[in-house]
Amino acid sequence: MRWEEEGMKQNAFIMGNKLMGSSPHVFSLIMPSIPITHTQTPYVTGTSVLGIKYKDGVLIAADTAGSYGSTTRYKSVERLRPIGQNTLVGATGEMSDFQTILQILDRLIITNAMFDDDNTLGPPDIHSYLNRVMYNQRNKLDPFWNTLVLGGVKNGVKYLGNVTMLGLHYVDDHVATGFGIHLAQPIFRNEWNEDMTLEQGTKLLEKCMLVLFYRDRSAINKMQIANITEDGVKISEPYALQTKWDYEAFSNPTVGNEGSW
Amino acid sequence: MSTIGTGYDLSVTTFSPDGRVFQIEYATKAVDNSGTVVGVRCKDGVVLGVEKLISSKMLLEGSNRRIHAINRHAGMALAGLAADGRQIVTRARTEAANYLSFYGEDVPIKELSNRVAHYSHLCTLYWWLRPFGSSSIIGGYDIDGPQLYTIDPSGVAYRYYGAAIGKGRQAAKTEIEKLRLAQMTCREGVMAVAKIIYGVHDESKDKSFELEMSWVCDESKREHQRIPSDLLMEAKAMARDAQEDDLDAF
Repeated sequence: MRWEEEGMKQNAFIMGNKLMGSSPHVFSLIMPSIPITHTQTPYVTGTSVLGIKYKDGVLIAADTAGSYGSTTRYKSVERLRPIGQNTLVGATGEMSDFQTILQILDRLIITNAMFDDDNTLGPPDIHSYLNRVMYNQRNKLDPFWNTLVLGGVKNGVKYLGNVTMLGLHYVDDHVATGFGIHLAQPIFRNEWNEDMTLEQGTKLLEKCMLVLFYRDRSAINKMQIANITEDGVKISEPYALQTKWDYEAFSNPTVGNEGSW
Repeated sequence: MSTIGTGYDLSVTTFSPDGRVFQIEYATKAVDNSGTVVGVRCKDGVVLGVEKLISSKMLLEGSNRRIHAINRHAGMALAGLAADGRQIVTRARTEAANYLSFYGEDVPIKELSNRVAHYSHLCTLYWWLRPFGSSSIIGGYDIDGPQLYTIDPSGVAYRYYGAAIGKGRQAAKTEIEKLRLAQMTCREGVMAVAKIIYGVHDESKDKSFELEMSWVCDESKREHQRIPSDLLMEAKAMARDAQEDDLDAF
């Protein structure tokens, strides 16, 4: 927990004076004033990230929105990023914290590369490292306000996992964050299977992203899908999904009930 | 040609009457007695090569690396005292990491070399420190293209098209001057550096050596890496054949 420094100085001065008067020995009795809280609310946030394993690898999808409260402030935020050769990280939550996490991961990758010993960090290693980072930050009562999805393929092993801002981490065949937990995971549970092809996996993710666009107010219709296979990470260009708004009930909302709205 | 600076060579903070600091010159001698290190700047990148003298047959091949990556885009090859060199590499890595975290971009090679030179020079200013007994050749690729710098124990950094330090540097420099570096690609540069190092290796004085090479070039996506093993084998084979041809010429 970090304490407001200004408050500390003021109180120390007052305490010193009150207790000791004009004594030459002014010991500083530092009484903390108020804990800082401005790092404990998110400002620019990204919404859900969805991930599934499929036959050849891992697919992860996210939209490109950065919301500022209820406003869709930024519409081209890349919330999916490659880490090293085999891994992808996607983030929900505070985007500035995600950027800091990316810098930390960059330092990790460079340091590892400088050993120059043909050993690279794979998805499980990065998952473990991220978990440490998130958990330690949470222990300072100043968490990185993110839920991170981590996926990749290395040496034929497909890996998909989550790390939350409390430092909770787990792996699964399909993961989701934010609203995706409530709207997308049930669809995954019904429709996911182990041998999905790339087309089937993409369709499943697009179906869930469409549901999220319809129902999650912080989602926008501009998404990216990342495909991680043994050959590496490929993130698509942002694209939009086909939506349907011409329902009878939308075009004639007052049918059978004239005069209402 | 060795000169003895009797009386004026006890401390790095003492000048001799003719304006020399002997301790620094002695540190340079440590570099001159080590295996040759060669660096060339080709048109699409930089190639570094080291003649790693093997002191014992029991040493594992590939151990005791003399070329180190500093950041993704730069590498450093060392000559002289190995432990001193390691310290310089650590400092260079710290400087590069600090620059990246502060300015948000990879450190320009010129700036990196200046900082390493500054650090080397620092150790020549105080009597309780000794100068580093090692020189380094920094090869890197930044927005101004591929660059090659040399830093010696006195703390000066020079930018070169081709550089050599260590035992066989005179012969190596002569060979480098014959090359047309501005037209060479890094692949050709690798062959040339291997040939030079095999050429300057003195079979009579030193028993065996291991060739260690690295590059930063367009082919390596402007990242510092060891030469791919197939290219390294090809370069070694070609260099060995060239040596035999030269011997046959006698």
